Amino acid sequence: MTTELAHPPARLLSVGDAAWTVEFGNAIDPVTHGRVLGFSSLLDTLSNEGRLDGVVEWVPTFRSVTVHFDPLRTDAMVLRDLLAELAGKSGSLSAAGCRWRIPVCFDADCAPDLDEVATAKGMARDEVVCLMTETVFIVYMLGFLPGFPYLGGLPEALDMPRLATPRKVVPSRSIAIAGRMCAAYPWESPGGWRLLGRTPVRLFDAANARRPALLAPGDQVVWQAIDRGTFDAMERECAAGRFDLSSLLTEG
Amino acid sequence: MSAVLEIIDAGLAVSVQDRGRTGYRNIGVPVSGALDPVLMAAANALVGNASEAAVLEVGLSGPSLKALSGTVRVGLSGEMGAQLVNTRGQVLKVASWQTATLFPGDVLRIGGVSHGVGYVALSGGVQVAEQLGSRSTYLRAAIGGVQGRAPGVGDRLQCDAVRGDPWLEFRARAPWQHDTGPIRVILGPQEDYFTHEAVANFLSRPYAVTRDMDRMGLRLDGEKLAHNEKGAEIVSDGVAPGTIQVPANGQPIVLMADCQTSGGYPKIATVIRADLPRLAHVRPGDALHFVAVSHTEAAAALRGQVQRLAEWVGTIQSFRPPGVIDEAALYGANLICGVVRGDEWNLHGVNLQSGAPHG
Repeated sequence: MTTELAHPPARLLSVGDAAWTVEFGNAIDPVTHGRVLGFSSLLDTLSNEGRLDGVVEWVPTFRSVTVHFDPLRTDAMVLRDLLAELAGKSGSLSAAGCRWRIPVCFDADCAPDLDEVATAKGMARDEVVCLMTETVFIVYMLGFLPGFPYLGGLPEALDMPRLATPRKVVPSRSIAIAGRMCAAYPWESPGGWRLLGRTPVRLFDAANARRPALLAPGDQVVWQAIDRGTFDAMERECAAGRFDLSSLLTEG
Repeated sequence: MSAVLEIIDAGLAVSVQDRGRTGYRNIGVPVSGALDPVLMAAANALVGNASEAAVLEVGLSGPSLKALSGTVRVGLSGEMGAQLVNTRGQVLKVASWQTATLFPGDVLRIGGVSHGVGYVALSGGVQVAEQLGSRSTYLRAAIGGVQGRAPGVGDRLQCDAVRGDPWLEFRARAPWQHDTGPIRVILGPQEDYFTHEAVANFLSRPYAVTRDMDRMGLRLDGEKLAHNEKGAEIVSDGVAPGTIQVPANGQPIVLMADCQTSGGYPKIATVIRADLPRLAHVRPGDALHFVAVSHTEAAAALRGQVQRLAEWVGTIQSFRPPGVIDEAALYGANLICGVVRGDEWNLHGVNLQSGAPHG
């Protein structure tokens, strides 16, 4: 009961006639996200037990979980009441996913915005790289593009607004920052985040049906600096499908 | 038995689609799928497929398909016609809402869609490989479709060969008609980010369709929808196809099948499932009107649509196209029976008595 009373009740918001958003708060913070993870975990359990008839899938975000359902198979208002009840008792879960150590090349051609960020923050280039590689980032959610992770935990010293004019092309596998967030672009796409490095590792592989996205909400990520030679060698291994992604997992 | 078609003209804005890719939105994979699942089901019904078998969605102009092996039945839905050029050089017109059967060597040239999308169903469905549980194409991440892309010249598409009489065609009694009237929405999830006046404007003023539309979204233009003191940005949360997001400029964007899974603009409302297919057929300059409904009304509208589609499918009948005379069967029948009985041919809807050798 104490955990129930400690939390404000979740809000249930309509996303049309085929989804409900269960909203736990308005902010990006570990407490709100803990409730998102707790609720998602309860849905996992119930779904595995076959007790969420008509629910198609759910999407955890920073602060809410959007539950998509089939309105021909389940009554929207009955599901709403069930979700509200579950949100009241699902409690919190701390981020307890995998811990990854992911190689990143911070050389100039992989990191077109690194010098500008260093200058703006009155730091040396190496100091920025140090902050990036010393931080344990937490995956809050995936969105925007398949496999695109939003990582929290960027030190305040690197807090920079988005580019005034977004790039038309961000190279795939770029590591980028905006505000207090960090992210990695699995795909080449337009984007307004500042590019501080690039990983040789593929972040999304549709052919890997069991785990198409490398990262999942709740995972921890540490960037490990590599030189350009190592980057090139690893990039070739990854492209040839010879790279063992599980070698990036670390203990604790 | 399988059959193979070759793409000899790729058309424009053609993609393989099915019901869409669910189960992966939590890792950022859009649901994709047919922009108009009702018309997809209609095309599939014509060729005897399950309603969600993979089809070719045509956004601008249709492809030209040549049968390489096996007989293939092709069903068309939407405002889109075709020409069948057979191996004897005959050119036969094929209307929408009916089938055409291709023998090896025959070519079907599918024309442009006069507005919105049209669908091309193949007997047995388009059998490209499933990726993440669906054949639907999502171009940006090269998922699904023909190796992650649109079908191109020289690609070969596999489907099933026709079972039963290949000289029969099928057609519906009339074209499918979508509902008319205002587009029905459910308000939220962030209608509380807008002024009362903005919500009232949204539900009373016309919003014009702009040229800025694709499988991801549809930008509208109309009376500015002002955000209240909460502002024009939120911490990103979940969206769905049909969701109407409003950025700082106050002009609404309706998200479509390929939309991202989450977004950071306040969302004033979401188009209900039953009405979302209608937005696949709007043209620049069309004026949209929105009306708010309850979940109960939305569910009734969707059930009504499913019922109406079942009734439409019930009107599909077989016919023998005039001009296509099964010469082999005629001679074969003569060899066996000696005479062709007129009533046999009448059964198939075409009176061939006068033309039959012993009629």
